[in-house]
Amino acid sequence: MKGLRDLSDAARRDLVLGGLTLAVFLAVTVAFPGFAAPRSLAGLLDDTAILILLALGQMLVILARGIDLSVAANLALCGMLAALVDRAFPGLGVAVAIGIASVAGAVLGAINGLLVWKLRLPPIVVTLGTLSIYGGVIYPLSGGAWVNENEMSPAFVAFTRAGFLGLSTLSWFAIVAAIAFVLGLRYLRVARALYAAGGNPEAAACSGIDPGRMQFLAYLACGAIAGLCGYLWVAKFAVAYTDIALGFELQVIAACLIGGVAIAGGSGTALGVVIGCLFIGIIRNSLPLVGISAFWQMFINGVVIIAAVLLSARNRAHVRTILESRAA
Amino acid sequence: MTRATLLSMLCAILALAGCGKSEAPRSGATRVGVVAKSLGNGFFDAVRKGADEAAKELGAEVIFTGPTTPTAEGQIEVLNALIAQRVDAIAVSANDPDALVPTLTRARDRGIKVVSYDSAVAQAGRDAHLAPSSDQLIGETVIALTAELASEGRGKFAVVSATPTSTNQNSWLDQMRKALVARPGLDLVGVAYGDDVSDKSYREAVALLKQHPDLAVLVSISSIGIVASARAVEDQGLTGRVKVTGLGLPSELAGYVQKGVVPKFAIWNPIDLGYSAMQIAVQLARGGDAGKPLSMGRMGEVTFAADGVGAMSKPFVYDASNVAEFAQIF
Repeated sequence: MKGLRDLSDAARRDLVLGGLTLAVFLAVTVAFPGFAAPRSLAGLLDDTAILILLALGQMLVILARGIDLSVAANLALCGMLAALVDRAFPGLGVAVAIGIASVAGAVLGAINGLLVWKLRLPPIVVTLGTLSIYGGVIYPLSGGAWVNENEMSPAFVAFTRAGFLGLSTLSWFAIVAAIAFVLGLRYLRVARALYAAGGNPEAAACSGIDPGRMQFLAYLACGAIAGLCGYLWVAKFAVAYTDIALGFELQVIAACLIGGVAIAGGSGTALGVVIGCLFIGIIRNSLPLVGISAFWQMFINGVVIIAAVLLSARNRAHVRTILESRAA
Repeated sequence: MTRATLLSMLCAILALAGCGKSEAPRSGATRVGVVAKSLGNGFFDAVRKGADEAAKELGAEVIFTGPTTPTAEGQIEVLNALIAQRVDAIAVSANDPDALVPTLTRARDRGIKVVSYDSAVAQAGRDAHLAPSSDQLIGETVIALTAELASEGRGKFAVVSATPTSTNQNSWLDQMRKALVARPGLDLVGVAYGDDVSDKSYREAVALLKQHPDLAVLVSISSIGIVASARAVEDQGLTGRVKVTGLGLPSELAGYVQKGVVPKFAIWNPIDLGYSAMQIAVQLARGGDAGKPLSMGRMGEVTFAADGVGAMSKPFVYDASNVAEFAQIF
């Protein structure tokens, strides 16, 4: 069956990446034994959680042959909005903050989606534009001032770091999202349509799927997740200012690429993306521990991205030969 | 409007020609126009407070003014009005170093002394510039704070800087290392770079805490870095065991000072800055020479370098006793 062969191929790629990640992890642990301590691992997951959430959202967009450069700006704007609302009405509670941030994020994502779907503009151009627009709106919204920890309500700040079974709420958000994505992308009808629309839009259109609509839905979901992460970010670092998470979109896209998502769309797994995020998380948490300079951290991240893209490009060539080999 | 400006300038020239230079200062108190970057800004309200204090001591008069939005155009209008009022001196924090030069040159042609403070005017447009502090004074203050917070002045400390290529961060670090020579008990065990972004600063701070379990003080000389460091120390449950200090703003750190995460930190004091700028402006207007050391009253003396720039003082230290008051200001 084609589905099985395709799956085993993706699974093989995830396995290679997982092995590599584990090897890096073990190497760091040998150099710095404390790294594998349970508390240290919980810290690692807490640090990587926002990256995992954003990368899963970004993955949907890339699967649909799009890209969302505006995720970090969306995060910053929604985070500032949540912080400002909390400062003005401290009694509203965390659920309202999460709701406001997610809905605002979804609206921003929908704007991206509509521009790409209805006006048929290139995704990279649209989101490069909205990256500037969303980022630029923060200044007039906040008046350029910071929202500081002592101006936020205690519950607003405490929520992300509250513990459950030794892990922070933030970590649980990532775990639940990862499980939902692994299952959802596998079994949901709309998810299969997304893969089809990204893999071969013409064929998908013939089978009754609107590829533009799939792109819109992907941007909508990605935006909502970015908005949610806006609250999580502001609560985690207990500060909101104009350019939080500046440039973070590049790490998010890098995590997707390392995780084996094909930049041309239609191929990639949620498990791969999560492993890709953990890989980046381990690298960026361990290099300062081992005492490697900031410049080498950038260098290593770059090498890993290129290597991962090489790997996934070769895999894609492999996938394309499946039809022929089946005929043979 | 141009005509009105021309007219007022003409009047000013006529008045000057008629009265002669010697009469204006004698006719009453020395009048100094103190110009803010914009009105309704807490920082400059504090500057005004300091200028008023100096005015009382010196028997001078402050005309505090500024544009409603922080633009060079707005400041030029305000400066023109001050020239028309024939003030004796102007102290200005510039929204643009070059755009104000033609207007200020006109003021100086009319015998008005010009001092810039906080944010400098290009050398051509002023008699002197008062910087809040200098790299050397900042380095010394940060090391002094670190020594105070480490028990008995000894122990390990680490620094969370901004980017590895930031000019002022590196200059401050150099001065900190120089100041360290006099304190053999302190041991600088690492410098990490948080790139002035929250997540990287936080991560680097956590790594420093893990790498050095016996760290006594965590120092950050960037406003984003010190907030992230404080957050990291609190999240790691190390409040009180590892003290955070460095440079930051009272409004951003007030919460952490109250919780004891950041017992003390430093930054310049806008009240002192207004006080000192006013002292200098009045002395220059009364015939003082910026080429020689000038008194700044309770703030001591200032010596201006060849480029006309002088440093007011070491940064002011904030702690639980005063941070709440200054958090209202900036």
